[in-house]
Amino acid sequence: MFRNNYDNDSVTFSPQGRIFQVEYAAEAVKQGSVVVGIASKTHVVLVAIKRNAEELSSYQKKLFQIDEHVGIAIAGLTSDARVLSNFMKQQCLGHRLTYGRNMPVRSLVDMIGSKAQINTQHYGKRPYGVGLLVAGADENGPHLFEFQPSGMTEEMVAFAIGARSQMARTYLEKNLDAFADCGREELVRHGLKALKESLVQDKELTVENTSVAIVGVAKAKDGTTKMEPFKVFDGQDVNAWIGGAADDKEAAAAEGMDVDDA
Amino acid sequence: MDHRPQAWGRPRDDVYGAYDASYLQTSGPKNATQSPVVTGTSVIALKFKDGVVMAADNLASYGSLARFTDVKRLRVFLDSSVIGFGGDVSDMQYLDRHLNELAIDEAYDNDPSAAPSDGTSPPGTLNAANLHKYLQKLMYKRRNDFDPLWNQLLVAGLDADAKPYLASIDLRGTAFTSPTLATGFGSALAQPIMRRYASTEEQAASRTREEAIEVAKECMKVLYYRDARSLDRYSIAVVTKEGVELKQDELLERQSWAFAERIRGYGTQTV
Repeated sequence: MFRNNYDNDSVTFSPQGRIFQVEYAAEAVKQGSVVVGIASKTHVVLVAIKRNAEELSSYQKKLFQIDEHVGIAIAGLTSDARVLSNFMKQQCLGHRLTYGRNMPVRSLVDMIGSKAQINTQHYGKRPYGVGLLVAGADENGPHLFEFQPSGMTEEMVAFAIGARSQMARTYLEKNLDAFADCGREELVRHGLKALKESLVQDKELTVENTSVAIVGVAKAKDGTTKMEPFKVFDGQDVNAWIGGAADDKEAAAAEGMDVDDA
Repeated sequence: MDHRPQAWGRPRDDVYGAYDASYLQTSGPKNATQSPVVTGTSVIALKFKDGVVMAADNLASYGSLARFTDVKRLRVFLDSSVIGFGGDVSDMQYLDRHLNELAIDEAYDNDPSAAPSDGTSPPGTLNAANLHKYLQKLMYKRRNDFDPLWNQLLVAGLDADAKPYLASIDLRGTAFTSPTLATGFGSALAQPIMRRYASTEEQAASRTREEAIEVAKECMKVLYYRDARSLDRYSIAVVTKEGVELKQDELLERQSWAFAERIRGYGTQTV
């Protein structure tokens, strides 16, 4: 009866000026489990909730290393993310081979942006059904980028994408000013607290379902900067962090539940 | 009269005889450059404690003819590196245009207006080591296409740790670094003089800017004495953390040709 006639392909505008296929792809990102990224002056952390399809299965990975200095968090179609991830790995390796240096994170993100945008402008193609948070460190310091299926990319101080990510973003906005001067551990703590905001009732962060990744530039004692390569932490390696984030919540609760007022 | 379009603009067969169509041949194997045509001679470069000095004369020879006497063979890249070109001048000009494009791409990625006020390029821009690696890949690709760029290049600047960097690439893509480097005749005439100044990295790191410039000028003089494809006008560049200082129209000073009297075995003299 009121069938939408303008969503058959990604090259047709609706009379309102919308391209529905691109909007649907953006919806696919919201189906994926939540991922959070925060950048400080020295580090970027990515934290993610992993989902298992059923009780007996393993958990789907959410954080991936692209190169020594870059990694991504994914929300949406994992198979589409694999294509983008392989492409990014190739570009980083090619850059390392021809110039002998780490690929600047912005150039890398611009490349997947252009690649994704092309898919929204050609008949017979479809947009990628995945959103990314790209975390990396280069000569210009640490960077966090958001990537959307439309091809939009933007540098962020902190961001969250995926299911119920609005709750996490609200937390990030509230604590925005604190991030720039955060150390590595503080940043992870903020990340996990933001992640918790997005959890459904009676669900908790566990060593099974939580992933943390860190990349940064560490200042050495002699004043030179040294790279801390991108590394993903899973399982028992995140135990201490989860414990730390839990302590905070109990402490806040003891202070008179003012967390819930907002 | 032949009115077919194929014959338009061609000499008339009935007037000039049959046209030699072999000049128009478009098939057959491609002929890449087999030897350089207009050439530049030696480039020399040496490290000192804060940077690198590089020099090359301003001559482009056509065989043994001193054809162009104002050809600048040192090129600055992004205010932070210097490249010296020996060998074919047209290939040098091709590389120069190519490097201009590369510099523009770099400027898009790293806002030049964000550069620190001390004259250095913004963080993240290609340094001399990156540039050397890139040019090596470029030269090696062209040799694998059997269409080499007929040059030997010296690249001078700073590496990722802001230490002086000096390296060479030839038309086969061979690449190496050294505290002192020279191309062409310079590798025979100037290199021994420069090695007396510094034969190891440690020695080069203890030398001053003034010492390095002095040795470079001495080498340019010796090259002018003994290399028949050289000129007394030359360019000299000094690369340091503070950027590049390039002088393009220097003249050799304090020449002494007294030694020429004692040379025997060439020219018209019999004993």
